[in-house]
Amino acid sequence: MRLDLGAIAKAGTSKANQTGSWRNFKPIFHQEKCIGCSLCKIYCPEGCVTMVEKKKYTVDYTYCKGCGICAEECSSSDIEMVMEEK
Amino acid sequence: MATTTLTAPTEHACGPLLAAGHTACTGCGEALAAKLVLGAAGSNIIVTSATGCLEVFTTRFPQSSWEVPFIHSLFENSAAVASGIEAALKALGRQNEAKVIAQGGDGGTADIGLQALSGMLERGHDILYVCYDNEAYMNTGVQRSGLTPFDCMTTTSPYGEYSWGNKHNKKDMPGIAAAHGIPYVATASVAFPKDIENKVKKALTITGPKYLQIHSPCPLGWRSNPQLTIKVAKLAVETGLYPIFEIENGKVTKVRKVKTPKTPVEEYLKIQGRFAHLFKSAEAKEEIQKIQEIADRNIEKYGLA
Ligand SMILES: Cc1ncc(C[n+]2csc(CCOP(=O)(O)OP(=O)(O)O)c2C)c(N)n1
Ligand code: SF4
Ligand code: SF4
Ligand code: SF4
Ligand SMILES: [Mg+2]
Repeated sequence: MRLDLGAIAKAGTSKANQTGSWRNFKPIFHQEKCIGCSLCKIYCPEGCVTMVEKKKYTVDYTYCKGCGICAEECSSSDIEMVMEEK
Repeated sequence: MATTTLTAPTEHACGPLLAAGHTACTGCGEALAAKLVLGAAGSNIIVTSATGCLEVFTTRFPQSSWEVPFIHSLFENSAAVASGIEAALKALGRQNEAKVIAQGGDGGTADIGLQALSGMLERGHDILYVCYDNEAYMNTGVQRSGLTPFDCMTTTSPYGEYSWGNKHNKKDMPGIAAAHGIPYVATASVAFPKDIENKVKKALTITGPKYLQIHSPCPLGWRSNPQLTIKVAKLAVETGLYPIFEIENGKVTKVRKVKTPKTPVEEYLKIQGRFAHLFKSAEAKEEIQKIQEIADRNIEKYGLA
């Protein structure tokens, strides 16, 4: 690896790390009872939950580490954690 | 002289300013806190970070999670490096182009970086300093810091025959910051993201030094379930163990009230392995009582009831 002067790294390049491979449990966004409170998106430490439309949220499994915070905090219990199978 | 623009790359301007792919542990409160701070601050910022988990998990060289200009200082001098950036912007007459945010963990802020921070506050730099308080030196394997709470078990404050864990009280860091006569000091918690947003936004409208301390659960060091990161953070606030307030020009101007009847501290302690030793014997009840008294004193001191 080459170290340039000042050890400068390019913005946002950590996206190359597909941290989704860490997961033991996987959040399933049922998109049935969602009230659009956005808590799943706000509380996700990976910033990998996005809004599709007002009452429909989805997760990017490329980065989701499966912490389960979204499922725990969901206002309408519309997110379920299931065992990851690979 | 050629000048470069100070704004963040537009490519990601609509996305979160802390990119995914960072290597924080699952359910990390500090990663969440940093995401919320950046989201509230917007892209016209220059940030520094002391050595610690935040810096390590966002800068796995040659990668970076930062979508804004970022400098990793040393462990002890985030505030000094930020002071230099702010002074340079002023000297160039470009202070209106970007806000400066200095960051550090509790160890980097309240212990080893305290002198640099005090200098920054004393000199009156126009900087927002954010302390991510996970209550120990997590990046090096959970050693106690000045912000580790009373009776908490860490690797350097173990529980055993002669010890209940950390024998010192949590340092009143917001009080120390406020004693410098700065315009704005506040505490916050990852459990209340809107409050973090409001406080960051408000702080950035104030000229001069600002200090914000955010309670950020660490599932690894607290030995708590990652899924419960928000629950744990909420209970710290609801029990009165982590008072949430704003101090403007030396006066407490706003607090988050706790519910009545008050939530007993056991509710908070029992879901964390770092306090598990307090539930193993009859004598430990007295220790829990001491912790309840700390919460009661906070409630009294800040008028949280
Ligand atoms: C001068 C110096 N001493 C010690 C270290 C080793 N070190 C790196 S990070 C760290 C702990 C950081 O703790 P804290 O500031 O609370 O941040 P956290 O990792 O908990 O977020 C230590 C001791 C260092 N990098 N530099
Ligand atoms: S499980 Fe955790 S990482 Fe995955 S989407 Fe939910 S909050 Fe984000
Ligand atoms: S937390 Fe639940 S209810 Fe709220 S937006 Fe997400 S999926 Fe919908
Ligand atoms: S050790 Fe704690 S603070 Fe550090 S990355 Fe892991 S959960 Fe976050
Ligand atoms: Mg720490």
